[in-house]
Amino acid sequence: MQLSLKTKSKIKSKSKTFANISMTLAAATCALAAPATAQPSESDSWDVDLGLLIYAESDDQVQAYEGALSITKQIDDESSINVKGIIDVLTGASPNGAVAQNRAQTFTRPSGNGSYTTAAGDTPLDDTFRDTRVALSTQYQHQLSRLWLYSGGAYLSKEYDYLALSINSALARDFNNRNTTASAGFAFAYDTIEPEGGIPNPGVSVDAADNRLTDSDTKQTLDLLFGLTQVINRQTLMQLNYSLSDISGYQTDPFKILSVVDSNGWANDYVYENRPDQRTKQSLFWRTKYNLQPSGQVLDVSYRYFWDDWGITSHTIDSKWRVQLANQHFIEPHLRYYSQQAADFYRVYLDENQPIPEFMTADYRLGELHTYTIGLKYGFPIAGNEFSVRLEYYLTQVTGDDSLAKGAGMAGVDLYPDKSAIMLQSFYRF
Amino acid sequence: MRRILLLASILSLTACSSLGVKPWERDLLAKPEMQLVENPMEMGFDDHTYFSKEGSSGGGSFAGGGCGCN
Repeated sequence: MQLSLKTKSKIKSKSKTFANISMTLAAATCALAAPATAQPSESDSWDVDLGLLIYAESDDQVQAYEGALSITKQIDDESSINVKGIIDVLTGASPNGAVAQNRAQTFTRPSGNGSYTTAAGDTPLDDTFRDTRVALSTQYQHQLSRLWLYSGGAYLSKEYDYLALSINSALARDFNNRNTTASAGFAFAYDTIEPEGGIPNPGVSVDAADNRLTDSDTKQTLDLLFGLTQVINRQTLMQLNYSLSDISGYQTDPFKILSVVDSNGWANDYVYENRPDQRTKQSLFWRTKYNLQPSGQVLDVSYRYFWDDWGITSHTIDSKWRVQLANQHFIEPHLRYYSQQAADFYRVYLDENQPIPEFMTADYRLGELHTYTIGLKYGFPIAGNEFSVRLEYYLTQVTGDDSLAKGAGMAGVDLYPDKSAIMLQSFYRF
Repeated sequence: MRRILLLASILSLTACSSLGVKPWERDLLAKPEMQLVENPMEMGFDDHTYFSKEGSSGGGSFAGGGCGCN
């Protein structure tokens, strides 16, 4: 009897450790393959997470529908396995990089088949943005010893013109009476892009006969992530991460172009963009979770400083405030602010009288921008399991030099149009 | 890099002092809503969206996107 009690308490303490370190690893490996649940599970139990995302931009731009299913099986006290599947569908129109003009513009489709026309004063949008993506991933976690936890996984994502494959691995160790957890992990990804029509020849006119290079290209990404999690006191938990990401290979967007503008502001030609083959991204990430007493409300605040060798630096502040209501209902307001400096080779357009630079993009996502997210989540139990729904508004403000809207061709046009989107997410766990 | 080393040394120094709790003081920290990633799926959706729409990624997790959306 005594023996059995002892065994039981040992198992209990093991699974507690497991849960503790697995948080850090879950955080480390989340983007590539998210373990389904953060909570410790009994042996032989299954945890299922269902998620749905609807993303809709204003003005009939990008619409995305994403469904996700994640299943976690607790194999024994030491190990668990997670399998996750995602399907998403994208439709709508996306800015092609060309500037608005005081006259209508006609563009050849990226595939080379057919064309589309943009009205005077409008930002040119490529309406052929349509794709379906399927992603599968698996993640395995194993408690190596009392204080060490290993996590490893694999990921595959396939779109019509894109294939991404990756593996990841991470180790975490508890210190200081399990008040401190240190972790280190890596991920390696190999991506292949095969755009319809082929890889465009950068800097060459979209209408030129020799504007394609090859059918496909690849890129390799090595991610390293080092994390430290510290329990501050009974109510406060803090996390600090440093991450390094080294990308080599094709990073140009084959569907983006730049206008080549004359001295009167008229775009007489368009050329394909070009980005460097090498990029090193780094970030420092700090997060604090604070449990307010006696209400039990939880404040979750994080800050990220990001920099890379393309000249982009950014600041991100994210905050969530979870308020527990009666009968296991809760609400969670969310605010996020993001601010980014433009990449060195970002150009709104190219000047006809200047030589075409080696690297150039007019993709607003590499320009100077500020984004704001405001949202609210509401959760409540259905049949004893947590259901939650989250509605968010996402505003992107692109900024830049307004005096670039010059000459008869561009006078009065908006070179930096705002974008807004609504995101609806819902989750069910059982 | 200097900044990172500084932060790391501050954290390691403070970690050795009075920070932390005793095992029986983990009641609040053990709650699901106090986990760093309380909803991995939500984090996945958010990371995917912001990776597709902004020039930065990573921080809380690996920066690689695993899709052709950027």
